[in-house]
Amino acid sequence: MSLELKNVEKKIGLDTHIYSTNLKLEKNTINILLGSTLAGKTTLMQIMAGLDKPTSGEIWFNNENVTGMKVQKRNVSMVYQQFINYPNFTVYDNIASPLKITGVSSDETKQRVGKVAELLKLSGMLNKKPNELSGGQQQRTALARALVKDSDLILLDEPLANLDFKLREELREELPKLFENRDCIVVYATTEPSEALLLGGNTATLQEGKIIQYGKTLDTYNKPNSLVSAQVFSDPPMNIAKIKKTGDQCSFLQNDIQWKTKLNIKDGEYKVGIRPHNITTYKDGNNTLEIKGKVLISEISGSESLIHFTNGNLNWVSLSNGVFQKNVGDEMNLYMNTDEFVYFDQNERLVSNG
Amino acid sequence: MNKTVNQKAWFFVIPVFVLVAFNAIIPLMTVVNYAFQETFGNNVFMWEGTRWFKQIMLSERFHASLGRQFLFTFIILFIQIPLGIAIALTMPKEGIGVPVCLVLMSMPLLIPWNVVGAMWNIFALPDIGFLGHSLNALGFDYNFTQQIGDAWFTTILMDVWHWTSLVVLLSYAGLRSIQPAYYQAAEIDGASRWAIFTKIELPKMKKVLTIAILLRFMDSFMIYTEPFVLTGGGPGNATAFLSIDLVKMALGQFDLGPAAAMSLIYFFIVLLVCWVFYTLMMRNEEKS
Repeated sequence: MSLELKNVEKKIGLDTHIYSTNLKLEKNTINILLGSTLAGKTTLMQIMAGLDKPTSGEIWFNNENVTGMKVQKRNVSMVYQQFINYPNFTVYDNIASPLKITGVSSDETKQRVGKVAELLKLSGMLNKKPNELSGGQQQRTALARALVKDSDLILLDEPLANLDFKLREELREELPKLFENRDCIVVYATTEPSEALLLGGNTATLQEGKIIQYGKTLDTYNKPNSLVSAQVFSDPPMNIAKIKKTGDQCSFLQNDIQWKTKLNIKDGEYKVGIRPHNITTYKDGNNTLEIKGKVLISEISGSESLIHFTNGNLNWVSLSNGVFQKNVGDEMNLYMNTDEFVYFDQNERLVSNG
Repeated sequence: MNKTVNQKAWFFVIPVFVLVAFNAIIPLMTVVNYAFQETFGNNVFMWEGTRWFKQIMLSERFHASLGRQFLFTFIILFIQIPLGIAIALTMPKEGIGVPVCLVLMSMPLLIPWNVVGAMWNIFALPDIGFLGHSLNALGFDYNFTQQIGDAWFTTILMDVWHWTSLVVLLSYAGLRSIQPAYYQAAEIDGASRWAIFTKIELPKMKKVLTIAILLRFMDSFMIYTEPFVLTGGGPGNATAFLSIDLVKMALGQFDLGPAAAMSLIYFFIVLLVCWVFYTLMMRNEEKS
């Protein structure tokens, strides 16, 4: 089983929503479309599902050309950011609705709905109507509707975006389990890098209607092929600085901080990307390269602390474990891990991982 | 926390009290006053207790006009609500058609009521009116000033023309607020057009439809100007709805006591029906 997009392009009027895209998704995989709002994730999913036709290009499923085939004839299910359920149906009827239309026997329906409901912890509320449920439970119902059908292709369009933080964490942890042992292709759109990392599988980074990079999630994260891909896959945003390399010595153009690199590339100017968690307020393991900073903003996120600081005329973001607050304007030392620096050439393509 | 006492706040409340008193309480109390007394000239009153109420409740004339009123209201609701939904469903969802349709739809709503009555009166005149003349030319024996059926037909047609737009606009707003994802989900399920209408669109429109039905019920139950100008309640009393009958009693015959009692009964019927309807709709809303 595989889903393949061949030179798929989508234009509406003069606007190009999806630039010519080639992508092959394999059976039993979770594929994450990672990109900011308007990157084209939803459009791409709708084309995959057959809800929308590409302007040009073809969609192949199991070596069959399904371009333009109606969505009802494809075995697809989809979960949306909004909690989409039939408002007048009970949870049970909602989950059973895709089965009823295809004419599954009532005994089998009962058994399958029961199983999915248990998986999604909905067993106790099968007789309730959607608007009696919390947002999380409504989205669980929508997920159950998508899973009950044994679709070949399950599309999830930012399913957790409308949930509050606690519920999102809870459901996020359950998600990978839900797709285990399923004979299907899962496509999952999200704006959050952390979600992609948690789900694993493969990740495609998207920006402005283009797929920038597609590969195993960890590879995409560790070896971004370009600065754009690295920025899409970094939250908080990656720090970017211009550097100069001579021999095995590197230094920022902004200041005189120097470090050694094993990188075997010719001398010249490069750009370096540094993820915020590779800059900490304390010396820790490989975080040894010292940089002076003046605090701009200090904020706490969960059990981590974000310090925005300036050095020269560059703004930097650092992410450290622990909860603490710094005063705006404080001078402080921060420590960077040079092993984790990602180097890009002048065209913003990856040169190598230092 | 200690509350600060500041009696000056009353100055903000008093204007509202005065306003409400003048536009609602005082006129209503005047009517209540008339309803329990016999009124003579020179402000001489005589206590009558509930006599006028009994008289009205037992009067055949009141029963007849109340019956006509309910019949009229049910007929127009029965036509306008489904027709309004149907038109809203066929209206364009994007492009230049949207503003064009909305403006065309709201036009009848902008015409003053007595003008609507006068327009239809002339339009339907059997000898010179376009509608009346055409119907007669086609071989129908149509004369709304003399035949009861024709008078009802014309009044209902006029009201449908005048007010269906309101239902259309409300339904359209309700339909537009349904997220496209619902339609996509239904499409993925392979739901039929009818299923989409009954399982998604109708339940999602429930609140605006409740408002539409309430507004149309109240307005049609209190209809006065248009039939007054169109038929004057005739022929005979055939289209004398409650309000027309009431005005005849109060200003034509100057029976202030019974007329006041009738106004109050009329008022309570409207209030009661609206309350029952709204409570039923909203109770279901909480359940579902």
